[in-house]
Amino acid sequence: MEESISTNNHKERFIWTYVFSQDHKVIGIQYGITALFFMLFGFVLMMIMRWQLAYPDTPVPFIGGLLSEDKLLSPDMYNAFGAMHGTIMIFLGVVPILVGAFGNYVVPLQIGAPDMAFPKLNMASYWVYFVGGIVMFASFFMEGGPAASGWTMYPPLSIIAENGETVWLLGMVFLITSSLLGSMNIIVTIVQLRPEGLTWMRLPFFVWAQLVTSFLLVLAFPPLEAAAVLQIMDRIAETSFFMPSGLVVGGEAVDVAGGGSPLLWQHLFWFLAHPEVYVLILPGMGIVAEVVANNTRKPLWGYKALVYSVVFLGFMSFIVWAHHMFLTGMGQAMSAFFQTTTMIISIPSVIILSALLISLWGGSIRFNTPMLFALGWMPMFGIGGLTGLPLGLAPTDIPLHDTYYVIGHFHYVVAPGSIFAIFAGIYYWFPKMTGHKLNESLGKVHFYFSFIFMNGIFMPMFIQGLAGVSRRLADGGASYAHALEVLQWNEFMSYSAWFLGLAQIPFIINIVLTILKKRDKNAERNPWKSTTIEWNAAPSPPIAHGNFDKELTVYRGPCEYSVPGANKDFSPQTEK
Amino acid sequence: MIEIPYNVKPRQETGLYNAKLGIWLFLASEVMLFGGLFSAYVLLRVGSPVWPPGGEAQLNIPLATINTFNLILSSWTIVKSWIALKENDFKGFKTYMGITLLCSLIFLVIKYFEYSAKLHHGIFPSTDNFYGIYFTLTGLHGLHVIGGLIVNFYLWGPGKKMWKSEPERFTNRVEVSGLYWHFVDLVWIFLFPTLYLL
Repeated sequence: MEESISTNNHKERFIWTYVFSQDHKVIGIQYGITALFFMLFGFVLMMIMRWQLAYPDTPVPFIGGLLSEDKLLSPDMYNAFGAMHGTIMIFLGVVPILVGAFGNYVVPLQIGAPDMAFPKLNMASYWVYFVGGIVMFASFFMEGGPAASGWTMYPPLSIIAENGETVWLLGMVFLITSSLLGSMNIIVTIVQLRPEGLTWMRLPFFVWAQLVTSFLLVLAFPPLEAAAVLQIMDRIAETSFFMPSGLVVGGEAVDVAGGGSPLLWQHLFWFLAHPEVYVLILPGMGIVAEVVANNTRKPLWGYKALVYSVVFLGFMSFIVWAHHMFLTGMGQAMSAFFQTTTMIISIPSVIILSALLISLWGGSIRFNTPMLFALGWMPMFGIGGLTGLPLGLAPTDIPLHDTYYVIGHFHYVVAPGSIFAIFAGIYYWFPKMTGHKLNESLGKVHFYFSFIFMNGIFMPMFIQGLAGVSRRLADGGASYAHALEVLQWNEFMSYSAWFLGLAQIPFIINIVLTILKKRDKNAERNPWKSTTIEWNAAPSPPIAHGNFDKELTVYRGPCEYSVPGANKDFSPQTEK
Repeated sequence: MIEIPYNVKPRQETGLYNAKLGIWLFLASEVMLFGGLFSAYVLLRVGSPVWPPGGEAQLNIPLATINTFNLILSSWTIVKSWIALKENDFKGFKTYMGITLLCSLIFLVIKYFEYSAKLHHGIFPSTDNFYGIYFTLTGLHGLHVIGGLIVNFYLWGPGKKMWKSEPERFTNRVEVSGLYWHFVDLVWIFLFPTLYLL
């Protein structure tokens, strides 16, 4: 009784509805907005770095005054910006938006659940993430600046680094905790809260992708938490878990007991960070699959193969981590093992991409904005995947690993890969969140320019990388004999990056204008004519607590489009 | 507030209520956390010419043995407290959960004496990697004991009023807390031989 009375009070208060909400939809949107802001911030860091790469040691225009008195980006700051760009994009941008925003908003709706299994825990996971973000952001204002040892924080460099590193580790503990709470919640929701008739093989592929992703987060993040604890001990309690004996820094012996192993950190780190790569891409594959099935108006080609592949991919992702470490000289036997597993894991990825590509065959495709982003995703993720093959084999990885080739490879996977999928998802589910579709013309401008400039940034990286340009130079290779032949690309890539920034303006305008539109009480609930539950059983936007306005029973699979003999070209899961 | 399905009653196909699946997943992640730390221990030990690097380890085996039996006892009493609730015996719950709380307190007090004796003899985490990993592993385990102590105390004290309003949900809470407590106990059962005996 007590609880229901306090709930009524909660309803009236703004703070309980929009700030400390326990409704999965509000939390999802909170995650989305916060993560988009962090992504923009991480992107701005990169645009400043690209100035330094194109025009080394010239004053940065517009915002140079914020950086230093002489308006230069010093090599130390370049390192710090690089480390924070990676950290922010991965842990504060892409993962929170894919798992926190889409996972939270879409999964309960797609499986017909009234909310997540643990609403309070859900709210907690958002706020823990928020605190983690603030901690990371605050490290920019510390003396000595933020962490500067790369987003991988390899010791012993990270242990002798300035205090920003400790703050980074503390921030990570918050972010890891948040991810753990969130992903446990998603698993329990998917396993427990499916309504009658929604069997496993009737789940939309997006839900499968989220389920596997959540398992990766639950099982892969704790070893990084362990590693972070050990590194915090190394920094604060002066243990030497990662500090070898006889380490000399700047001509002086470091005063620690020694006997530790820097490689130990790399193993613990990549044990997380390889599954993390799949955390970044699997939900994206899920989004693309939804959009493709909907806009080709035909079933996904090989739904079962997709499901088995994604599960196998999740499993395999735990035993490939050391292909990031061929350069460490860990030995032939280790390299041979991890090369083999790496080649094996490419198989399910290829199956997924092929199945999505074949799904297009014979469809009457609707070229709306979400579909354009999904179509753009396919070749670019393909490029990211294929350029990864030489990196999976030690003999070719060793010359390429420290060059721009690697940067090009993984950005094709996560930038045009994950981020294009994110855009596809935003355009696709926006009408469900607000009741209004985003403007198609602005959306198309956003897509075409993003598509061109994304390639403009990352394609030349392969050229520079194959020419042997090191990826860790603050002057972009100006002082590096290898780079002279390909140095002119730096300016091209930088302009592409800045224009990519400009290309996001139509997107931002589009979102703001659409949100400002008057709320339509009779908004169309299924504007894309989709089969899945969220579009058919819930109004747009769904009811504040509880989502659905009718009892749910599921009768069919997730992508029954153009079923022969049906009276329309889509047969909703909730209709007999 | 909306009703979440299977919040209290188990779902038929899985045989689990939501919180029970949740705690199993949480424990899976905890296994990975301590698994990572134990792997770190193994790698450090293998990489060291002698172990412990500083010669003989000075750990108090009798005290740790007492603590091992102490935790095993508390694992048994927390099950008894849950069984008591299942049999509608609230007084039995109070007694057994009380013993559990007492055991965890004794564990922490003994741990405190162990730690202060080390620090007194000038042994710190920075002394060598053996003591580093000793303090890290037992410290993290100690934090887990404190966490469990807080939750169990809540269920024993202020949280017990739920027994009157929602007895089944309260019993579930005790079960979930018990599962966590077994895990804390189990970690110690691995830690004790690894650090003290081997």
